[in-house]
Amino acid sequence: MRRTCYAYPYLVWMAIFIVVPLFLLLFYTFTVTTHEGIRLTLEHIKRIWEPLYLMVLLRSILLALICTVVCLLIGYPVALILSGKEYSQNKVLALLFVIPMWINFLVRTYAWMSLLGRNGLIDMVMEFLHLPSVQLLYTDHAVVLGMVYNFLPFMVLPIYSVLTKMDKSIIEAAQDLGADYITVLKRIIIPLSLPGVISGITMVFMPAVTTFIISRLLGGGQYILIGNLIEQQFIVVGDWHFGSAISFVLTVIILITMGIMRKYDKEYEGGAIW
Amino acid sequence: MAEEPIIRLVNVSKNYDGTEALKDINLYIRKNEFLTLLGPSGCGKTTTLRIIAGFERPDSGAVFFEGKDITDLPPYKRKVNTVFQRYALFPHMNVAENIAFGLRIKKLDNKTIERKVAEVLELVNLKGFEKRSVESLSGGQQQRVAIARALVNEPEVLLLDEPLGALDLKLRKGMQIELKRIQKMLGITFVYVTHDQEEALTMSDTIVVMKDGTIQQIGTPEMIYNEPKNAFVADFIGESNIIPGRMLKDRLVYFAGHEFECVDSGFEHNEEVDVVIRPEDIKLVPMGEGMLQGEVESVTFKGVHYEMIVRSEGINWMIHSTLMEPVGSRIGLRILPQDIHIMKKVALK
Repeated sequence: MRRTCYAYPYLVWMAIFIVVPLFLLLFYTFTVTTHEGIRLTLEHIKRIWEPLYLMVLLRSILLALICTVVCLLIGYPVALILSGKEYSQNKVLALLFVIPMWINFLVRTYAWMSLLGRNGLIDMVMEFLHLPSVQLLYTDHAVVLGMVYNFLPFMVLPIYSVLTKMDKSIIEAAQDLGADYITVLKRIIIPLSLPGVISGITMVFMPAVTTFIISRLLGGGQYILIGNLIEQQFIVVGDWHFGSAISFVLTVIILITMGIMRKYDKEYEGGAIW
Repeated sequence: MAEEPIIRLVNVSKNYDGTEALKDINLYIRKNEFLTLLGPSGCGKTTTLRIIAGFERPDSGAVFFEGKDITDLPPYKRKVNTVFQRYALFPHMNVAENIAFGLRIKKLDNKTIERKVAEVLELVNLKGFEKRSVESLSGGQQQRVAIARALVNEPEVLLLDEPLGALDLKLRKGMQIELKRIQKMLGITFVYVTHDQEEALTMSDTIVVMKDGTIQQIGTPEMIYNEPKNAFVADFIGESNIIPGRMLKDRLVYFAGHEFECVDSGFEHNEEVDVVIRPEDIKLVPMGEGMLQGEVESVTFKGVHYEMIVRSEGINWMIHSTLMEPVGSRIGLRILPQDIHIMKKVALK
């Protein structure tokens, strides 16, 4: 097979940007530099179990879970409506959903800052209605809102694509056998769209659990999620070993999550996107 | 009419994006009959079936079921079940779950469901297939599951949308006989859609020939084959020689440069007509005998008979005969009066 030579550029690319960094990550995670030289250690991993860091890790996972659930609750009905008879002909609504993704997500998140902030649009409306001013920006809610807003399309699109590919005659067959719309939804549409739901969940949960920009901008400077912690260790503190250790633990958590997801989804589709 | 028909379509029309799929269809279906909607693709036969099932709403007209207007009744409230062209089995359920789907919605108890599933599986010769996944089945077996899934609900009417279209010839023949057996045994009304004229002739009690959203002819298989109402039906049901002709007077027609005696009457003097002659009704006779003389242009062996094209009077005649005349030989053609079918002119596409 001489064709394999075409794969070399990709192999080189993957080696430089994926394999080597992974080994560097492992190296920093399990080593410590002392006067006598470099030796293996587990102390960085152990440090993560200190309550301070553990809380950050748990809070990140919790917020990412909330974000994923909210995305699913909003995203599934949206995908269902978009794939329905009324909209499948004209793709305008689906397009409207995709267009915001063409704008840099930093810009979109800054836009939320000015909406939610003191003297922002919402605050001004409240003032106009003589209602008490509310603190929106720099709260958990603002962070979850920002995550949901940014990651919702990742939930909608895989579900939408599974739903549009679904054989319409299967749905008709169920109706023909006496199933009303709710039963069709429960027994046919939802079970058959699970692959899309699962890739949607993976595609939302992973960026949500690792985000540091959204939590910085909408959560404020004091707001620490696991992503912020890693960033801090590398850029502010300069402790590459501990930064790597947190990244390593996070990677393991994500791998475990993906493993569980994969178990529930034999025809795994979402994985290829990553 | 002695008995109220089980289904009646009254002045049903349907448009898709401006094109007329059905034009003012009137049709009634009797209880326990095997009725086939036959026609080329795009003739409106599937649309008719989908209107009966409730998947499509007619733009105008009404559908009656046992005398009650069901035009606006959603499919899940109708006492009909459908066997789909591509089976449409639920891929996430095994054979038994697929078949039990309708029964579970009716909230029957597990024992009854189990018994009914086993019974219907035996009926379609799939005993012991309960736990198999539907994707592991062959096309013919999936088809049987689809039929079982519809039959287990004991519908008054079973609608079948080209159910054998995806099967190979041998399997199709077998299934035709089996479907007919099931229909006779259960005494259910079957409404069957196909574009295969042979299938229609084999299985049906009544055939409805459709074209461009209109009904061309309704009748028994024998009537449709022997007495086609127009050249389209004649051409669609079996092969035919269709020749333009002129009716000189009752029982005398002019075509292919000669006057022929025939058995039809009631046409106007000198009316332009289509003359339809079945290929098996043209007899090969020695040169000089018979009305027409011609030369054999091609011979194709078809198994039971030879198909020959004979050129005579500027017309290519298709002839089916068990005797073969070699290409190039000059022969006579004889057509008996009762084999000449005269039809009013219709535009053929």
